[in-house]
Amino acid sequence: MTSLPTAEERSGKKLGLVIDLDTCVGCHACAVSCKEWNTQGYSAPLTDVNAYGSDPVGAWLNRIHSYEVDTEDGQPNRTVHFPRSCLHCEEPACVTVCPTGASYKRAEDGIVLVNPETCIGCKLCSWACPYGAREYDPSHGVMKKCTLCVDRIYNEHLEPEDRQPACVRACPAGARHYGDLGDPDSAVSKLVAERGGYDLLPQSGYKPVNKYLPPRPRRTGTQPEAAKAPKALEALGAGDGSLADQFFKWADKVLTR
Amino acid sequence: MSSQPQVETSPKTWDDIKHTTCYMCACRCGIKVYLKDGTVTYIEGNRDHPVNGGVLCGKGSAGIMQHYSPARLKKPLLRVGPRGSGQFRELEWEEALRLATTWLSQTRNDDPKKLAFFTGRDQSQSLTGLWAIQYGTPNYAAHGGFCSVNMAAAGLYTIGGSFWEFGEPDWEHTKYFMLFGVAEEHSSNPLKKHLGKLKERGTKIVSINPVRSGYSAIADEWVGIRPGTDGLFVAGLIHELLKSGNVDLDYLARYANASWLVIDDPMSDDHGLFARDGDDNPLCYDKTSKSLVSALKPDIAAAIVGEFKLDDGRKAVPAFQLLSKHFLDESYAPDAVTERTGVPAETIKRIAAELAHTAFEEEISLDIAWTDWAGRKHEKTTGRPVSMHAMRGISAHSNGFHTCRMIHILQVLLGTIDCPGGFRYKPPYPKQTPPWLKPSGKRAGNRLAEPLGGPHLGFPTGPDDLLVNRSGSPQRIDKAFSWEAPMAAHGLMHMVINNAAKADPYPIEVLFLYMANMGWNSSMNVSATLKNLTDTNPETGEYVIPKVIYSDAYYSETVPYADLILPDTTYLERWDCISMLDRPISEPDSAADAIRQPVVAPDRDVRPFQDVLIELGARLGLPKFSNEDGSPTYPGGYPDYLVNHERKPGVGPLAGYRGEDGQSFGVGAPNPEQLERYIENGCFHQHHLRDDQRYYKHANNEYNKWAVEMGHRMQGDQIVFQLYLEPMQKFRLAAQGKGSERVPSEHKKRIETYFDPLPIWYMPLEEELAGGEEYPMHAVTQRPMAMYHSWGSQNAWLRQIHGRNWMYVNTQRGQELGIADGDWIWITSPHGKVKAQAKLMDGVNPDTIWTWNAIGKRPGAWNLDPKAPEATKGFLLNHVISELLPERGGYRYSNSDPVTGQAAWYDLRVRIEKAGPDEQGATEPKFEPQRRAEGLRRAPDDVAFTGKKRGGR
Repeated sequence: MTSLPTAEERSGKKLGLVIDLDTCVGCHACAVSCKEWNTQGYSAPLTDVNAYGSDPVGAWLNRIHSYEVDTEDGQPNRTVHFPRSCLHCEEPACVTVCPTGASYKRAEDGIVLVNPETCIGCKLCSWACPYGAREYDPSHGVMKKCTLCVDRIYNEHLEPEDRQPACVRACPAGARHYGDLGDPDSAVSKLVAERGGYDLLPQSGYKPVNKYLPPRPRRTGTQPEAAKAPKALEALGAGDGSLADQFFKWADKVLTR
Repeated sequence: MSSQPQVETSPKTWDDIKHTTCYMCACRCGIKVYLKDGTVTYIEGNRDHPVNGGVLCGKGSAGIMQHYSPARLKKPLLRVGPRGSGQFRELEWEEALRLATTWLSQTRNDDPKKLAFFTGRDQSQSLTGLWAIQYGTPNYAAHGGFCSVNMAAAGLYTIGGSFWEFGEPDWEHTKYFMLFGVAEEHSSNPLKKHLGKLKERGTKIVSINPVRSGYSAIADEWVGIRPGTDGLFVAGLIHELLKSGNVDLDYLARYANASWLVIDDPMSDDHGLFARDGDDNPLCYDKTSKSLVSALKPDIAAAIVGEFKLDDGRKAVPAFQLLSKHFLDESYAPDAVTERTGVPAETIKRIAAELAHTAFEEEISLDIAWTDWAGRKHEKTTGRPVSMHAMRGISAHSNGFHTCRMIHILQVLLGTIDCPGGFRYKPPYPKQTPPWLKPSGKRAGNRLAEPLGGPHLGFPTGPDDLLVNRSGSPQRIDKAFSWEAPMAAHGLMHMVINNAAKADPYPIEVLFLYMANMGWNSSMNVSATLKNLTDTNPETGEYVIPKVIYSDAYYSETVPYADLILPDTTYLERWDCISMLDRPISEPDSAADAIRQPVVAPDRDVRPFQDVLIELGARLGLPKFSNEDGSPTYPGGYPDYLVNHERKPGVGPLAGYRGEDGQSFGVGAPNPEQLERYIENGCFHQHHLRDDQRYYKHANNEYNKWAVEMGHRMQGDQIVFQLYLEPMQKFRLAAQGKGSERVPSEHKKRIETYFDPLPIWYMPLEEELAGGEEYPMHAVTQRPMAMYHSWGSQNAWLRQIHGRNWMYVNTQRGQELGIADGDWIWITSPHGKVKAQAKLMDGVNPDTIWTWNAIGKRPGAWNLDPKAPEATKGFLLNHVISELLPERGGYRYSNSDPVTGQAAWYDLRVRIEKAGPDEQGATEPKFEPQRRAEGLRRAPDDVAFTGKKRGGR
């Protein structure tokens, strides 16, 4: 069993992601960019087994799922795209369950990592993680997971504005945000407060650092809060003649070209 | 904690970064390619780039796997077995080029039109087009005819621009955004980027689409319309807006042809044409002088309704009166269109009210002074902040031209073209309505190996411009610009192989294709296409299409059906040019173009197609590619051409850094250091417009002066929106036997019906001819966001996302039909059947089934395992889409829009039923596996790409 950093040891920094389910279009940009960076980064390689064969299976640190979910806003239901990766929990079961100490939570920033040198590939961590965020790389016999791009966010060889996880850097829809969720004044914390960001499976008690922003209410025009919706259009005039005749009367104005 | 491992947080996994332009789809985002010891290790978006501003989609990031694909061709190939056998022998380039030159030279000397040269979604049309002009064949086009010509043509004829490359919403200011028929393709990163921002700003997004995926999923309102009925929906909106007086009459009088008088004299030859003065100016009635004056004059009080007498005593009415009367007809009322569209009348009425509210109650005004075409100064720039974007879901129907026109006209009626918050043109657009470019290639039967008089593709404005013989028969192999498709502004690539094999209108000798998978997912009716490529003449034993030359970088399904393969490089190994002469990367506030540079050298014996084409041009002695002494004009290949070619003095493929000092934009002497300057600037150049040039470009004096200086426009006069499209009436009159052009009798009724100068809706042709109870459902495809235009090579990463496709069926409809998730079903059209596995979903129109496009592969193609899911479970709907419509009046027209020849992919009608218990497990139809090409090694089992060495172990 592996212990977590104690409260005293923890820096208070909780680096993580805020994922906006309102604007995620399910394009997989984050997943592929993640794979691309991490197959040559800390987690290298993210092997693709049977890559051109009948059953290609690769290790990915981030995957996108699409669901149809019922809602209460008057429309039948909605399609939600849901990117899934490690949530860097404050109380990560995947770490405490690790028999070798390979899984650990960093004291300085809260990132949960796997040390490939000591991981024995027993998969206990993937069983313990309720979010399905860990992937076994069969070619190397070790677990791989989101590192929050630990080799990007502090990387002095990158421009300061590029020191963010690859998925955030790539996301075309601006649906992914990175920052310190331990700092209530950080942009991500404010965003979470503003938009009602929530934890996945809070009842499990793992206290995920990553937050999801719920879809905004849709303005379909049929829901009650659309009272300020424009009034229905009324036909012109009440004069005689066809619709067209009435329209022509209305349109017969002095118009300057 | 003391045991916490030390992690290297600043690794440098690259030793060089080079900029170039992505080519994983057609969007042309700027990318930074990280390299280590000459190997590509990482690709990310370029923050400074006008298209993507730093972001990058999944395809772009997967470029590494495309670049290192095991399906890459290695060396030129010559077919040695029968076509389709995949039996080739490798050639040296000299031998390959000599052979191609011999074939092309013999054909050119015999009759240049016997070469059909068609390219796919390449981005070098200004080069390929020039080459075909010099060769002298009229048979040239690119893939636009089977992609989105309806959108382009309808826009260019109506407003002198269109969506995507021609223009886009004013993302910053718009307050209401409608997205029509856009799945996840075209303009993909810009759309995603801006949708995210619109949602942040609280702008309402309405998506009209039979399928609720991708962008439609995050829209505020999804309108799950029945395919092919968008025209009715838009007509319903127009009806409501007119009926309630919610149209911008001032804007119409000023910027549209609303006041132009249309002759009302049914018996005469000029009925329905504009009344014109002696200088050919259209006339209108001026309420101030109470007389007929040129409608192009400023400051007149132009009547847009009424009935007026012409000088010759005949009657004429303003175009707007005809348009409004047309749309006020009860047949376009929301209550009348609700059943066909599947959209509740209340929804149509409400959306019309929302449009009216946004346009007229939420007008915006920017502190930007500008001067209009008549020299009048305006202190502010005002706008009606409604914007729209539409794409293939609208255009790939046989009624798409008219529907696209309706969408543009809806924008005009609301006064939202090129204003703050509305639709905005991207330079070099707007152009005249339509652009002053007629299709070239008409010849009076001569067979001279001479260059054509001009570009192949253009915009006919009447029967005189058609490329037809005296009998009315087509002069082009694809029948573009004939009575079958008079306004075929992008050609009909989808008909070339079919027509050539049938020698209809004539046989060809050489079919030369580039980067188009015509042997598979780019053709309708794949089996017939393959048969056309393998049929022989019983007398001679020769193939009916005698020679096929093909250039592709990968071992696609088309390669085995070609005779000579000229292997292309990947997009990271070559120069390219995203040119102002073709389809640049401009933004509304800037003119921009871009290049690709080779960031790595090829490790195979392959050459960039553009270099090969230039060399073939020189070897053939084509003017503009060879000098008088026979030496090549561009011995340095494509980069030499990019820098030194001049289309007219001072205007070349690249607009930036021209002139001897490299300081000129647009016009200037060739600059030998131009490419270096592009590379220094991240491989693009952006010229920002002045504030007073930014809006109302169709009528903006300062913008138009600049556009003329740049050579984008011939004249700087006002561009007038064409509500009433006179060229259509010219064709219609000809069909009615008026005028001098004779229309072959078999085409008369069709021309008369579909060439309405006002936008109309009609039932998609296949539905009309073969719809009904037997085929009660629509079947459409969409481009997956992670694969759009990137299916080539079947990328190791992307195939894990889309390695197979499903047939999606509406949940309730599926249940009614007894179909459950995972069931194998037959999809039967009048033309054939496909077997696929079903999935149920709520977010699809109940009368519609849909699937992802181009996921299905032929077994063994792209160097995949023949048992790959792409081949066993992935499928194409192409097999059940006929390239020809059912017979009518003894003739089978192409399955295309009758106006433009746009391939009507989405007209498909089907029925579905469960497959039997003994029919489970694999898709049908089955095709013989494709033999692995000469020189290709078996693809690696596993890929462990680290950037340090090539994957595979």
